[in-house]
Amino acid sequence: MIKMTSKQLQKKSIQYRKNILKYIFHANAGHTGGSLSCIDILNVLYNDVMNVSPENFKSPDRDRYIQSKGHSVEALFVVLADKGFFPESDLSTLCKYKSHYIGHPTRKVNGVEQNTGALGHGLPISVGTALAAKMDNKKFRVFTLLGDGELPEGSNWEAALTAAHYKLDNLCAIIDNNKLQITGPISEVCNTDPIDKKFESFGWAVRHVDGHNLDELKKTFSAMPFADGKPNLVIAHTVKGKGVSYMENVIKWHHGVPSEQQLEEAMSELDNAMVTIPDDF
Amino acid sequence: MGSEAVIEKGKAKANLDVFSSTLQELAKHDRNIIVVTSDSRGSGKLAPFGQKFPAQHVEVGIAEQNLVGVAAGLASCGKKVFAVSPACFLTARALEQIKNDVAYSNNPVNVIGISAGVSYGALGSTHHSLHDFAALRAINNIIVVAPADNFETEQAIKLAAQTDQPIYFRFGKRPMQNLKEDNNDVFEFGKGRIINEGSDIAIIATGETVSPALQAAKKLKEKNISACVVSMHTVKPLDTSLITELANRCKAILTIEEHSVYGGLGEACSSYLLQNKIYKPFRIMGIPDEYTVTGSQQEIFDHYGLNEKGVAEEVLKLLSK
Repeated sequence: MIKMTSKQLQKKSIQYRKNILKYIFHANAGHTGGSLSCIDILNVLYNDVMNVSPENFKSPDRDRYIQSKGHSVEALFVVLADKGFFPESDLSTLCKYKSHYIGHPTRKVNGVEQNTGALGHGLPISVGTALAAKMDNKKFRVFTLLGDGELPEGSNWEAALTAAHYKLDNLCAIIDNNKLQITGPISEVCNTDPIDKKFESFGWAVRHVDGHNLDELKKTFSAMPFADGKPNLVIAHTVKGKGVSYMENVIKWHHGVPSEQQLEEAMSELDNAMVTIPDDF
Repeated sequence: MGSEAVIEKGKAKANLDVFSSTLQELAKHDRNIIVVTSDSRGSGKLAPFGQKFPAQHVEVGIAEQNLVGVAAGLASCGKKVFAVSPACFLTARALEQIKNDVAYSNNPVNVIGISAGVSYGALGSTHHSLHDFAALRAINNIIVVAPADNFETEQAIKLAAQTDQPIYFRFGKRPMQNLKEDNNDVFEFGKGRIINEGSDIAIIATGETVSPALQAAKKLKEKNISACVVSMHTVKPLDTSLITELANRCKAILTIEEHSVYGGLGEACSSYLLQNKIYKPFRIMGIPDEYTVTGSQQEIFDHYGLNEKGVAEEVLKLLSK
């Protein structure tokens, strides 16, 4: 994989944000806030970290990405389209009758590893996948993205035990720690803090990262495994609705769809952000 | 697969024992056979498997949701996975994982529900699975199988190892005598097995209730009633062509299952018959929708008439109407 420069990656992030908003607006449905909070993580994973592409997607040696927070599917779809898994124009069918581009990932869409959407499922499946790699002495790694709001699902903690028991240092769980869920702040709904100490006590190696700092994300993932024989946890501190000022940290944008005027405003803000990034040459 | 017979002729073993020995035979020749247990290796008769093939045995502790999720991940990488746990927990607590991670995602896991139905007897309702057919029949993309005897168990597990599709198996604990002297039948998922030919009554049973159905058929013969007994080992997809044939041949149809009378084999058969305008005297035997009586499996069977006498009586009632 030819790696992108930091500036190229930054531009990708902005373009991805624009596409997320464009297709959510077109579909009149989508999980806007969470897609915007995790998009920088997906950008770095697909463009810098993971060995996965349309060409090797059938290979048993590819890296796996399993999106446990399936509702942020728009983020995944725009990245997969950009990587060439399917034509971007397919996304104009998002949430339409008979489209496979529905509100959660399904394997009917090229590039999607597992059907997700019910929370607390990605980690157990990822543990099984990472275990298969260990059994076969394969070098591929498994990345799974969890929402911070899905951590109360007990199956996560069952899987966290198994991951440590089998020393799955080829597994990386990333928490999109945007601190909000549909009802309100996670600290008020069902406090999950301290996430790091909980996972550490379960036998995981934990790193914190600014989930919108692409260089930091790259650096963090390149340090895997963080400790030999321990599963990796990246707590990515993010902002729900990141990149569109009126959406940032505002709960109604969890699955809010912008009006035409709001969309224009958001696009213009993102276009302005784009011009602040100088070209490499 | 070697040619050695896994089942010693004439000796009744629990289907679970046959499941375990068959799996050990398969694992000898295929390192992709993986067993996943949730502290269930003992009750699943899989301790010898774990000892012989430690690299092919994954233990997750008492965590059924994780059991199925992990199994799905392994299967997605080409492993032939048998996820083993008591049916009561597996198909209730981990139902969402079976629905999403196995069936919907099409990860070809063999979901093995052990000590199913009322096998746990006096342990009570927490340990009974009288809902599993109903729950799984309503989930797309999973085959539902309840082998009746050792022969069917061995055949089914061998076939499952070659089948790239999600399957749910339901096993009991009691020793099951093979239902036929010769074991020459071709075993296929979705194809019922005629155990006893007959033309007055069709008794369609599944799992451990086929045995009392066969006993009843022998008793009915003394009264010159000829009963066709079918082991409908695959509850989904249902062998509808056989059901049609039985309806054409017999005067009445009786179904028997170790399951709630709601949503299981009986309702599947009745739905098929009615929707195809096949009207026959019909009755479903199973566990009624009530607080299940307490006792051993046999006592529960006896209480609800799931025995030779009870089945024979139901047949007489059906034919006299």
